[in-house]
Amino acid sequence: MITIVVNDEARTVSASPDTPLLWVLRDHLHLTGTKYGCGISLCGACTVHLNGEAVRSCTLPVSAVADQRVETIEHLAAGGDYNAVQSAWLEEDVAQCGYCQSGQIMAATALLNNNPSPSDAEIDAAMAGHICRCGTYQKIRAAIHRAAKETKRGGPSA
Amino acid sequence: MSNLPSDPSRRTFLKSSSMLATGSLLVGFELPYSLASTPKPSGAASLMTDAFIRIDRDNTITVLMNHAEFGNGVYTSLAMMVAEELDIDWQRLQWEAAPTEPQYYSPIFGEYLTAGSVSTAGAFVPMRTAGAKTKALLVQAASLLWQSDATQLTTNAGWITHIDGRRVSYGGLIKVIQDHNLEPPKTVDLKPTSAFSVLGFPKKRIEAPEKVTGQAVFGIDIKRPGMIYGAVARPPVYGSRVIAFDDKAARAIPGVLKVKAIDAGVVVLAKDYWTASKGAKALTVQWDDLGLGQLSTAAFTKDYRALSKTEGLLAEDIGDAKGLHATASAVHEAVYEMPYLAHATMEPMNCTAQVFDDRCEIWVGTQNQGNDRTVVAKMLGLPETSVVIHRTLMGGTFGRRASKTADFITDAVQAAQGETVPVQIIWSREEDIRGGHYRPLFVHRLRGSLDAEGYPASWHQTAVGQSIMQDTKHDPTYMVRDIDIYSVDGCLQEPFGVFPYGTAYKIPHHRVESHNPPKVGVHPHEWRAVGHTHTGIAYECFLDELAHLGDKDPLALRLHLTRDNNRMHQLLLRLKAVSDWDQPLATGRGRGVAARVYSVSPIAQAVEVTVDRDGSFTVDRVVCVVDCGFAVNPLGIEAQIQGGVMLGLNAVAYGAIDLVAGQVQQSNFHDYRPLRINQMPDVEVHIMQSDAPPTGVGEQATTPIAPAVANALFHATGKRIRQFPLDRFGFTLKA
Repeated sequence: MITIVVNDEARTVSASPDTPLLWVLRDHLHLTGTKYGCGISLCGACTVHLNGEAVRSCTLPVSAVADQRVETIEHLAAGGDYNAVQSAWLEEDVAQCGYCQSGQIMAATALLNNNPSPSDAEIDAAMAGHICRCGTYQKIRAAIHRAAKETKRGGPSA
Repeated sequence: MSNLPSDPSRRTFLKSSSMLATGSLLVGFELPYSLASTPKPSGAASLMTDAFIRIDRDNTITVLMNHAEFGNGVYTSLAMMVAEELDIDWQRLQWEAAPTEPQYYSPIFGEYLTAGSVSTAGAFVPMRTAGAKTKALLVQAASLLWQSDATQLTTNAGWITHIDGRRVSYGGLIKVIQDHNLEPPKTVDLKPTSAFSVLGFPKKRIEAPEKVTGQAVFGIDIKRPGMIYGAVARPPVYGSRVIAFDDKAARAIPGVLKVKAIDAGVVVLAKDYWTASKGAKALTVQWDDLGLGQLSTAAFTKDYRALSKTEGLLAEDIGDAKGLHATASAVHEAVYEMPYLAHATMEPMNCTAQVFDDRCEIWVGTQNQGNDRTVVAKMLGLPETSVVIHRTLMGGTFGRRASKTADFITDAVQAAQGETVPVQIIWSREEDIRGGHYRPLFVHRLRGSLDAEGYPASWHQTAVGQSIMQDTKHDPTYMVRDIDIYSVDGCLQEPFGVFPYGTAYKIPHHRVESHNPPKVGVHPHEWRAVGHTHTGIAYECFLDELAHLGDKDPLALRLHLTRDNNRMHQLLLRLKAVSDWDQPLATGRGRGVAARVYSVSPIAQAVEVTVDRDGSFTVDRVVCVVDCGFAVNPLGIEAQIQGGVMLGLNAVAYGAIDLVAGQVQQSNFHDYRPLRINQMPDVEVHIMQSDAPPTGVGEQATTPIAPAVANALFHATGKRIRQFPLDRFGFTLKA
């Protein structure tokens, strides 16, 4: 049995210790917003926050995150409001198929937490590990700029 | 203040979100929208006013979607059509996947299928009619309720208001309709375009809130009570059969429940996917490759190149290109080669199935549920109506989820046979890339000559590649004189078979031939824009070659060749203006153009590239002009264009699936490289103003980008690329 803190709640699961956090979230906790895309940290669809930093959950054994703080896409709007990135995503109408978007949003949220007004180049550098096969990149860039601006203006924080 | 939508039904995701977050909600959860296979029967709480519309007492209005949503934006455009006529607040509409019943079949295909960039076009009249009939029924009910003439009533935002101020919600009229057995009128008048207030205006995606909160349910997200997971050990050579397997090591893994052979390989069932996948890796399987282990793409290419020199099946013969070439003083000839391409959807193939004695239930993201149902029913010996498919959202498809063999569905059904619980099969990324369904490898041989003024006088093209449609259920519709119309789509000047369009160009002598080499090994499969993904490159690059031979500007040449096609001619004039085509470029930079007609809609793109001495390059600018008739949702069109450009650029830059000794060499995103954000140019989208009926826009943008970039690279460097992807032949898109 391993205990992890997911979305502010301690959860104990009976997964084998080598199980990647991704599959614990999806199959054991039924938090399916975090997606499987490649299994080898190449696509970013599985991105969650570990102690506030964006990490790939598909190659992170659950045993390595015991008792640590994990936040998933389901928790970003837990207080009842979208966060700044989610709002900007809706305003810019970013998503197409939507499958990669949880990971994109988690990465963008972490980016803005560390760098409140990133340049295009900084956005590209932070987001280059996140694949979108629908081609929403142009709108992702616009949405991150929008979220940065709204956050500075005193809107909901990322 | 909450910044969430105020509508209660749109808020439901939050409720489930917090429930999910606290973990109190496990298997078999209720979704914020229903995935029910059949509409709720009319009764006290709700009413189907039409096959497509359900109204609840609380004034929730749901549109039953008979086309699949996989990023194409079709749920949004169909809902817009209903909203326009029904006078309903756009944001209030709910959606639900329509069941596999005849009233939901595509009016264009006559089956339950989402493909070919025709959904919006096909739905434009039926969905508006559904909205208008429902509104007429509601007005009739309100007239009866208040004993008033309909002229005294107005409809707005889901309410009917009497001239004296009384008002009633649409949902509040359900009882009146039921009590009096009211029926909608047989015919209705639809609003003229000039009266539209929803259609033609940019509308955001209807399912976007679910997609930014992790609540959207894709096939891979399905959880059913008692569900177990399966992973399949598949053969290294696609199409091999299992001879024997040793599952001792797999069975020793805690959590592995069962191991058994299915058609596709050996499936390991376990309590979670990770355990199942470990089990699949622990198997030792002996395969019979059925002789397919000798196939290679290098041999295919060589054979097709040789075949392209021989006479093929004649698809088109305008004038006498062949005769002319026998005597012409100069005939220019070139061969273009395009590899197999995988779809590599972000959500890998997956399916959940439960098999009962007398029926089967399936949860899956699919474009093709009519055919899926037929295949499964036949396999299980059940009547079709006993196979129920619950269609989910899809994490991309690009054609892959319209499987003719229902391959990713039959896996799960076979794995679930003999089990008492639902089984979910997930394909690993490696299985997905090696999944054996690809845009076919094609070789095109082209020959052309110029007239005295340097314009193309003759064109002779021979297309060689495996037919997608031959020997499938679509054979009778898509094979014309044994020619697959997809193999030559985009090469012909005249309409062909069921495709009512040709290229927009007019070349006086124009001959096109086709060869269908044997369909062996992997499956040739539709890939976003289908035939155009290879014919577009061959045609538009060779046209560029002729332009340079004749000392013509490539865009000016296209304007010349479209003199008799006003639609494309006007589009190209617009492209010339908005792309700053005539502005000079610095050394090392180049400009390219391509213009295509796919599924009726003309589209053209101009690109600018910068190339370094070592051949590494950037795409600096992409300008696209499209004419898709009436632009139902300009925001959705923009998204489809940007996405199409990305996918097409990705493929021409890096895309290739290679077979060596029958085995697919690529496996994941390191060797089947996706385009990333830092490589993606901004795409400028221009939509031609039109009141013509809407036509397709989902696949159109995928094809001009590839030849436009290749032509721009030639413009910048003088080097002509005729084999792809670019990074194998001297030009690498910068990372």
